[in-house]
Amino acid sequence: MTSKQKKTLVRIVVASALTVALMILRPENRWLALGLYLIPYLIAGYDILRKAAKGIAHRQPFDECFLMAVATIGAFALGEYTEGAAVMIFYQIGELFQSYAVGKSRRSIAELMDIRPDVARRRLEDGTLKEVDPDEVEIGSEIVVNPGEKIPIDGEVLAGEARLDTAALTGESVPRTVRTGDTVPSGCICLDGVLRIRTTREFGESTASRILELVENASSRKSRSEAFISRFARVYTPAVCIGAAALAILPPVIRLLMGQPADWMDWIYRALTFLVISCPCALVISIPLSFFAGLGVASRHGVLIKGANYLETLAGTDTVVFDKTGTMTRGVFEVAGIHHSAVPDRYTLRVAAHAERHSTHPIAASIRAAYGEALDEAAIGEVRELPGRGVQADVDGKTVLVGSERLMQDRGIACVPCSHAGTVVHVAEEERYLGHILISDQLKPGAAEAVASLRGLGVRRIVMLTGDREESAREIADTLGVDELHSGLLPDGKVTEVERLLKDSRGALAFVGDGINDAPVLSRADVGIAMGGLGSDAAIEAADVVLMDDDPRKLATGIRLARKCMRIVKENIWFSIGVKLLCLALGALGLASMWLAIFADVGVMVLAVLNAVRILLDRGSKKETT
Amino acid sequence: MKKSYKIEVDCANCARKMEEEANATPGVQEAVVNFMLLKMNVTFEEGADAKAVMRAVRDNCKRVEDDCEIYL
Repeated sequence: MTSKQKKTLVRIVVASALTVALMILRPENRWLALGLYLIPYLIAGYDILRKAAKGIAHRQPFDECFLMAVATIGAFALGEYTEGAAVMIFYQIGELFQSYAVGKSRRSIAELMDIRPDVARRRLEDGTLKEVDPDEVEIGSEIVVNPGEKIPIDGEVLAGEARLDTAALTGESVPRTVRTGDTVPSGCICLDGVLRIRTTREFGESTASRILELVENASSRKSRSEAFISRFARVYTPAVCIGAAALAILPPVIRLLMGQPADWMDWIYRALTFLVISCPCALVISIPLSFFAGLGVASRHGVLIKGANYLETLAGTDTVVFDKTGTMTRGVFEVAGIHHSAVPDRYTLRVAAHAERHSTHPIAASIRAAYGEALDEAAIGEVRELPGRGVQADVDGKTVLVGSERLMQDRGIACVPCSHAGTVVHVAEEERYLGHILISDQLKPGAAEAVASLRGLGVRRIVMLTGDREESAREIADTLGVDELHSGLLPDGKVTEVERLLKDSRGALAFVGDGINDAPVLSRADVGIAMGGLGSDAAIEAADVVLMDDDPRKLATGIRLARKCMRIVKENIWFSIGVKLLCLALGALGLASMWLAIFADVGVMVLAVLNAVRILLDRGSKKETT
Repeated sequence: MKKSYKIEVDCANCARKMEEEANATPGVQEAVVNFMLLKMNVTFEEGADAKAVMRAVRDNCKRVEDDCEIYL
């Protein structure tokens, strides 16, 4: 608690004690009672009265302080001393609670996003270390990170090996191992080992700073719900005040005209209860607080949502369109299998790897990677590239052919076509068919699970787009279980396809891509989601939502959290407005005392605030944490 | 031109009122108050003198909410 809050707390305690004492003692004399009750009243509310006076001086009559002042002074005037004092005390309790709760959630969300490094340990030329402000470290400086410390600035490991905890950035709990030559993002915690890092960016441009900036700006982009509440609050308070004035004057006048007793006191009391209910604070505080908490929790799970408005749209997703390569698949080619081998697989792989020794083609690279061992240069003889066909090479003195089906047909070698999707490389040695190597883009672990969880969340339509041929994409589409597949699309074809789907979708359409070459599609969709934000600035720039790591399952996590947050927002809106309207109605009928009015004001606010921060307790569903 | 200012304000409704006042101040194209972060992001109109405009914004905000503060 701040000193200001402590002071308010002391005032509340003293004023409450005095009021309770007076309620027990019940001073007989009216004037004595008034005098005594004024003591706790003033202790609790002197600042409110002062602010109310200033509000009138500035011609800003409709503020809460003014309303509270009028309501409580009115209660005193009617002889309801206890209620006058109690209303003021409860109002202060409400204010104190709000300021405490807001401060607390501000801090706990700041802790969630605790990736801002305090110092950088810079290594000087003579080898000594100096602690400096990360802001002062220039690009290309050498810094040292010890176990347990945060990496302050993006860079490249010069020496050392360590496991990194990236949880604060990606929500991923399994540590990532880095070695010499690897790039490391700032904001990760070095768990063991000492890393010497050459910085590749300035502090302000580093991952940690950029993410923090993004998260901070996110809550400044207001959602439709916030705009609605803002508009509501603008008319609500004046409307209730006018209602109160009408309630105090009209019924008694009408009664007088009808020849009945006016009951001025009763109607004025009802009007005063109106004023107590009129403060819009419960509404106004709980909505941004809910969004703030929702955005904070999502980023803790590695889902960066760039604005409350996007969170709102994400919650309404009913169509998910994703790009195949880099989203559901790794986007790198790997040897998926060696089939129909007449010789051991390893032999086929060795021959192919050696024949492809000098090729820079990614397919060749994946074959060499699958072989894994160092190549025996002495084994390779003459190599001839056959454009569009493959390669002919001498390996171990034997003529080897590696390439497409056409190459085999040209040479009259019978080959077996492959039934799987991917690129097929046939291998022959001395006119003898050795078998073929299947190279395909591998599905990411959890990709099928991701699609299943989306369906579990009630996403109506899941569509996969790809530039690849139908045959190679179909198998993946079937494994994942998507509803539709559109293949062979050029980049602008993807935009057209998304536009067509946009027309069909009832809710929002989310497009998920790797953020590198699908920027136009990302911006065309209702929500553009990019994967693998960690390490890709392009993805962070282009998308509305960024999944920090490469895990497609985070998509469902994001949608689930967005929905939960929106449910809380809606609960708060309707609960607060509902209770207030109900109490207004009861107050007008004379059924609500000022005590109920105080509940409608302070109680509703407390409940709304507690409901808003409920999302901070979200630990994720079991599926997501594995 | 865009600038961000640190603010001090106690209640959410007061923050909303500050935002209204800031938006109504000449020279301000758009002002967004972020109550949770206690920040005011202001986009100034072209050619506006940010310092002078912000002094006016602060005066206007103080008029509606006595307790608030904008750190210029």
